[in-house]
Amino acid sequence: MRRVAIVGAGLTKFYRNTLETPKELAYEATKMALDSCEMRLSDIDSVVMGTAPDAFDGIHMKGEYLSDGAGAFRKPYMRNFVGGGTGVFAPIHGWFHVASGMFDTCLVVCEEKMSSAYPHPAGAFLTIFDHTTEQPLFPTLIWIFAIEMNRFMTTHGYRKEDIARVAVKNKKNAMDHPSAQLPAEITVEDVLNSEVMAWPVNRLDISPTSDGAACLILAAEHVARRITEKPIWLDGVGWCLDSAYWCTRDLYYPDYLEVAARQAYKMAGIKEPSKEIHIAEPYDPFTYKELHHIEGLMLAPRGKSVQMLVDGVFNRDGNLPCSPSGGLLGVGNPIAAAGLMKVIELYQQLKGEAGKRQVPGNPSCGVANAWGDLMQVGTVVVLRK
Amino acid sequence: MTKRVAIIGVGTTGFRATTPDVSYRELTYEAATKAYLDAGVEPKQIDAFVATSEDFLEGYSIADEYSPDQLGAVLKPIYTVSGDFLQSLASAQMMILSGVANIAVAQGMSKASNMLTLSDMVTFAMDPIYNRPLGESPHAVAGMEMARFLYETGTTREQCAQVVVKNKRNALTNPLAGHGVALNMDYVLNSEIVSSPLAQLDISPHSDGAVVVVLAEENTAKVFSKKPIWIRGIGWCSDTPGLETRNWGQAVYAQMAGDMAYKMAGIRNPRKEINFAEINDEFSYKELQHLEALRLFKKGEAGLVTEMGGTEISGEFPVNPSGGCLGVGNLFDLNGGHTVLEVVLQLRGEAGKNQLSNITTGLAQSWRGVPTTTGAVVILSN
Repeated sequence: MRRVAIVGAGLTKFYRNTLETPKELAYEATKMALDSCEMRLSDIDSVVMGTAPDAFDGIHMKGEYLSDGAGAFRKPYMRNFVGGGTGVFAPIHGWFHVASGMFDTCLVVCEEKMSSAYPHPAGAFLTIFDHTTEQPLFPTLIWIFAIEMNRFMTTHGYRKEDIARVAVKNKKNAMDHPSAQLPAEITVEDVLNSEVMAWPVNRLDISPTSDGAACLILAAEHVARRITEKPIWLDGVGWCLDSAYWCTRDLYYPDYLEVAARQAYKMAGIKEPSKEIHIAEPYDPFTYKELHHIEGLMLAPRGKSVQMLVDGVFNRDGNLPCSPSGGLLGVGNPIAAAGLMKVIELYQQLKGEAGKRQVPGNPSCGVANAWGDLMQVGTVVVLRK
Repeated sequence: MTKRVAIIGVGTTGFRATTPDVSYRELTYEAATKAYLDAGVEPKQIDAFVATSEDFLEGYSIADEYSPDQLGAVLKPIYTVSGDFLQSLASAQMMILSGVANIAVAQGMSKASNMLTLSDMVTFAMDPIYNRPLGESPHAVAGMEMARFLYETGTTREQCAQVVVKNKRNALTNPLAGHGVALNMDYVLNSEIVSSPLAQLDISPHSDGAVVVVLAEENTAKVFSKKPIWIRGIGWCSDTPGLETRNWGQAVYAQMAGDMAYKMAGIRNPRKEINFAEINDEFSYKELQHLEALRLFKKGEAGLVTEMGGTEISGEFPVNPSGGCLGVGNLFDLNGGHTVLEVVLQLRGEAGKNQLSNITTGLAQSWRGVPTTTGAVVILSN
């Protein structure tokens, strides 16, 4: 197994409604990533695309459409897709390309343009449900997440006003992120007083819909050493899908994430995640999901994450900074690009190049995850310097 | 590359124009059960899975949700490649080479009979700013490409029609194929012109079906299988998605994917070192265009050889002994699955009446169809 490094990254600004076409967004992120490590397209052996439902951009086989924007012209190019987990799966897929010895370099590009879907991209989610047992009930995405949040709160006795602190923390962290779409200084009351979408989910519990793109460049060890003095290593990868029949599962705990995390930790040689990991980017499309994922990543004992949040452990200057980027709640949520944004945040933090967002204490190991489909995907990466 | 990867099991439902009796999940379940039985593995022994799907073809926004259950992959590493089956196969192979899996599975499925508005969907695959407003039908793109290919290489419509006659006849003796029929060349030439010079019978009809392939690392493969089929080379490539900027006469993507696979397999003279090929023939001319791009024939030669019968089952270089897309049916992203299945069956000597003799190496190639320029190639040996 070859060691794989991250040597460059690019990230566009996240907007509600960009004027750029999806292809232009992909181009912008790809160009930024190549420029960041002074590489040229001719140095790239393979390209991986991560992008979520075609219904957002409104293009059938949108991986094909995006290919030349993502620098894949006449190159081996493959698109992977695990719903919302795609953004963190794409670097895992890129890892296969390099670790297998098939390629020395791999460009990992994630793009999402949700604003093309009218009147609202949530419409794309109406057809994600089982055609026989679920679609006749006209469920929406927010409903099923409300069910999950309720179960999570009920099982552990969590209070809504405590969970709302995730939105306060992440939107504040995002104030320092140049790509952020919804940075804000808000209070717990603001979250609780915002419109109830489906109890217990309020409007400010939810990340926005966004347009944006992100790109990472992966390289094999011998190539990475020539490109940069400070490669960041992609040392652990894990991914897993649970059953599509989500009604048959207990939603209070993300088993799929624990399975994926154990795979990634084992590969990275991590035995005690809560001690060995210094910084985390748990996937936070909803406030409760950050806590749900912190427990699934085994960074907090089950039922204890809210107390740690209240105690400030997950703040940027806390013991275990979580979503120092501002996460999806603050920076925005162009699905696949948002997942890769989290990996890019770890890359910059471990390099010590996160600017105002830099967490103190010189972190050397970080973990990011993403989640998706019918609450069933766990994708995990462990980065080290 | 230090490790070798083998195909140790294949399973399929066979391919039919409609399958009203089963859902798409049941198609995959049947193929998976047969593949696991063929390989002698239990689902719990499989380390990782790769599914193949495109949202619009499946009718779901996030079609990959429904990949794990019918494969026995719940709470296991599984993901979806939105590409051709051969790309999924390459992805599974990379997992094995990188050491995260010893046994991996690639799955693909087509339920084309469920699609009511296929040509609208293909229009939706066009660039929304530059190409979609033209309102062209997918067959217009193929028609223009065929015209350019015939012009550049001197290939004739008759030679393309001969491909149709050959492939549909091969399909008659392939029990898995759904569209076998004995035709003569005039019948093909006189079928309705769809987009000149492309006629109705130059276009492959749709089929439903599923294919599951089990792959294993060398040492594991030798334990499980008496007849492992080795992946010697694999390659994939995307040319440009734009209609304005592509090379209309030549299949550059097939040439580049082929070169990558040849390099990996150490093949210098493909025509001599490969015994037969399963080539994407979604449109009749595509078989000839792909054969030439893969350097199996010289430019302009594929049509002539086909006319002389050189690519028939009894010919010097058999092409599409299964019947290809024209005879088996167009399976969309499963097209690569069907080609690799046929090459495996041939190399194992299990291809029934269409069995070729004295073969050691076969090539399977796929293309993702209009309007893409993405293709993949795999070279297998017994």
